[in-house]
Amino acid sequence: MKNNVGREIPDEILNEKDYKTFKSVDIGNPEKQRVAPKVSVSTGDDKVVDSLEDVVKENVKDGMTISFHHHFREGDFVFNKVMDIIINAGIKDLTLAPSSLTNVMNDKVVEAIKAGTITNITSSGMRGSLGEAVSHGLLKNPVIFRSHGNRARSIEEGEINIDVAFLGVPNSDRLGNANGMNGDAAFGSLGYALMDANYANKVVLLTDNLVDYPNTPASIKQTQVDYVVKVDKVGDPDRIGTGATRFTKNPKDLKIAKMVNDVIIHSPYFKQGFSFQTGSGGAALAVARFLRQSMIDNDIKASFALGGITKPIVDLLEEGLVNKVMDVQDFDKGAASSMKNNKNQQEIDASWYADPDNKGAMVDQLDVAILSALEIDTDFNVNVMTGSNGVIRGAVGGHQDAATSKMTIISAPLTRGRIATVVPKVSTVVTPGDSIDVLVTEVGIAVNPKRKDLVEAFKKVPGLPLVSIDELQKRAEKIVGKPEEIQYTDRTVALVEYRDGTLVDAIKEIKD
Amino acid sequence: MEERLRRTMMFVPGNNSGMVKDAGIYGADSIMFDLEDSVSMDQKDAARILVYEALQTQDYGNAELVVRVNGIDTPFFRSDVFAMVKAGIEVIRLPKVESAQMMKDLVSTIEEAEKKFGIKVGTTHVMAAIESARGVMKCLEIAESSDRMIGLALSAEDYTTDMKTHRYPDGAELEFARNMILHAARAAGIAAFDTVFTNMNDVEGFERETKHIHQLGFDGKSLVNPRQIDWVNKVFEPTKKEIENALDVEAAIEEAKSKGSGVISMNGQMVDRPVVLRAQRVMRLAKASHLINEEGEYIEE
Repeated sequence: MKNNVGREIPDEILNEKDYKTFKSVDIGNPEKQRVAPKVSVSTGDDKVVDSLEDVVKENVKDGMTISFHHHFREGDFVFNKVMDIIINAGIKDLTLAPSSLTNVMNDKVVEAIKAGTITNITSSGMRGSLGEAVSHGLLKNPVIFRSHGNRARSIEEGEINIDVAFLGVPNSDRLGNANGMNGDAAFGSLGYALMDANYANKVVLLTDNLVDYPNTPASIKQTQVDYVVKVDKVGDPDRIGTGATRFTKNPKDLKIAKMVNDVIIHSPYFKQGFSFQTGSGGAALAVARFLRQSMIDNDIKASFALGGITKPIVDLLEEGLVNKVMDVQDFDKGAASSMKNNKNQQEIDASWYADPDNKGAMVDQLDVAILSALEIDTDFNVNVMTGSNGVIRGAVGGHQDAATSKMTIISAPLTRGRIATVVPKVSTVVTPGDSIDVLVTEVGIAVNPKRKDLVEAFKKVPGLPLVSIDELQKRAEKIVGKPEEIQYTDRTVALVEYRDGTLVDAIKEIKD
Repeated sequence: MEERLRRTMMFVPGNNSGMVKDAGIYGADSIMFDLEDSVSMDQKDAARILVYEALQTQDYGNAELVVRVNGIDTPFFRSDVFAMVKAGIEVIRLPKVESAQMMKDLVSTIEEAEKKFGIKVGTTHVMAAIESARGVMKCLEIAESSDRMIGLALSAEDYTTDMKTHRYPDGAELEFARNMILHAARAAGIAAFDTVFTNMNDVEGFERETKHIHQLGFDGKSLVNPRQIDWVNKVFEPTKKEIENALDVEAAIEEAKSKGSGVISMNGQMVDRPVVLRAQRVMRLAKASHLINEEGEYIEE
């Protein structure tokens, strides 16, 4: 059956898994029932255990759902350590439900799939050897990709029912009060992990830094934690976040960033108290720099910056150009270390950040979001999941969520090497075009025709190179030509949910 | 020669496919694909083919397209000229020019190529890079060597070496050459391009030098990095007063036209040709900097 962005969703998937197809980016005002976790009551004065093996064997059983967070990113030591024990214990048929999977986890997940340990996965994304393996059909059941906001929703509504959450933290006291801010492996906001801590039936903290009781500020609280496991090291500080962020000197990135800034400052949203979210790439950081100057020049301050946070955003906070930083994760050391010193850098959980079925999420208040794209098509649908060869190599992240903003700008080069970014049809729809307002490429700016107000506003700005997205697509094709179509089998290897849990696309197995 | 803005001439190494592909996106008034010094000996053919293909397939908007071919005394010269003429390049820039004869030799090779490929003779324009003391002393004859000439460019690295000096921050060592080239260009009615400024970290020095050559009267500057384009354009931006004055002159011209009068007057005084020309240049600059809208109205901040 075709959904509302024209993607064919196999009927057996809809029937077997009781799925609905994507209809609209408008969430409406439905009434929802949330679930509550089981609680194993504890009144003791110490939850510290030495043996991770014992905790695993006692709590992880065949068929369960286990979860992890990805705040340690490429410096994560927790995932592989726990998974080794689980694989060696011969546990089978688990559902893996981490907030996302980073490259250091790839080979271990592949190993666990081959061993029959993992038979289901839901994640924000996957890359590298794991993405290759899944795209070539290694996993029997389709992976379910969910945005950060959708994961929060799914946990709250019981679609993801976590039996055991293994959460690495850079500090904890003996009862499980912990935060992400202090310790060798500090990473700042615990945003995604807070969902697991709140909703998993069993919460196992792993830490290399036991501190005196009571540990404050406590992002994860003793009321939520079952075990505190002492380990040698939870993460490699040098690989958790990038070091000092350098501004790009790439003239093309700078050109695009300047054009994005021009779009923002000439939009109706650039006014006192506006809000914005940028990504973490070089071009996004350059936007922050241009935006900073425009805010100074026009004497405009932002009420908040949202999302994944970087040092340049924290600098705006310190400079007084941004009143609050609402922080669900930190991408670099500067952002991570600033959280403990600046009370205006507020840690938020994934639900507060972006859950669509909420009594009000931050993304609903967002004016401007600047997002990237692997591909964008002439209907403004965006793919951030599969590469030009159809292989899974990305993540939904907060893309669908932040696209809820009043003006969502996709910032992307027209082509990357010999691959077009602007295409007739994206290989995978992740974020529907209805929530994308502006595309900025180095050769021109395309406004979604549905946004007549923006078209009118930008028309009046001299020097803003407005073009239609069809023109951009044709221009890209002229440069790189028409690629051969990717060959797929009939088998579905992954499903992409929209943030409300409907199916926006199904990813097929690559034909070898 | 056609009057057009030539504030920025951006150098693009002819063998760098990424830069050749993207050269059109930065808003340079002129794009100069280089087949000469930035291309190593074993890349000469590759660069020629790449630029040839790019000229056929890529969209460079309104930019004037220039190619710097290898010198007349090199084995690449003839192939470069033939390939570029066939590709329909607008301007061929000859390096290390020291005499009118060198330009005439270039022009005769171009003419041969134009005839061979069925292109109207005279279509391809030329310009000369002045890179030596001899070149500077001969620049008037070089400027007047052909109807195809569109400009002279100073190339300071070779020139300062020839002069037994090097480049200094204040540019005193270039003053004579700059003025010679500028005067020759103006006398011949063609454009004058200042030399490149290579230290990308010295933004202040770049700005100082650009202001100086703007004051002297150069059309613009050769650039090594697209980031320099906005910096140059900023210096060449006309002031609000200049724009308002130019708008008044335009209005006076319109009024004279509607009255069928050959005499243009403004505030009771006759407007002579230099004032008209200056006003037209200011309007071109103002439009290019988006300081006036399509209707020619000044845009208030």
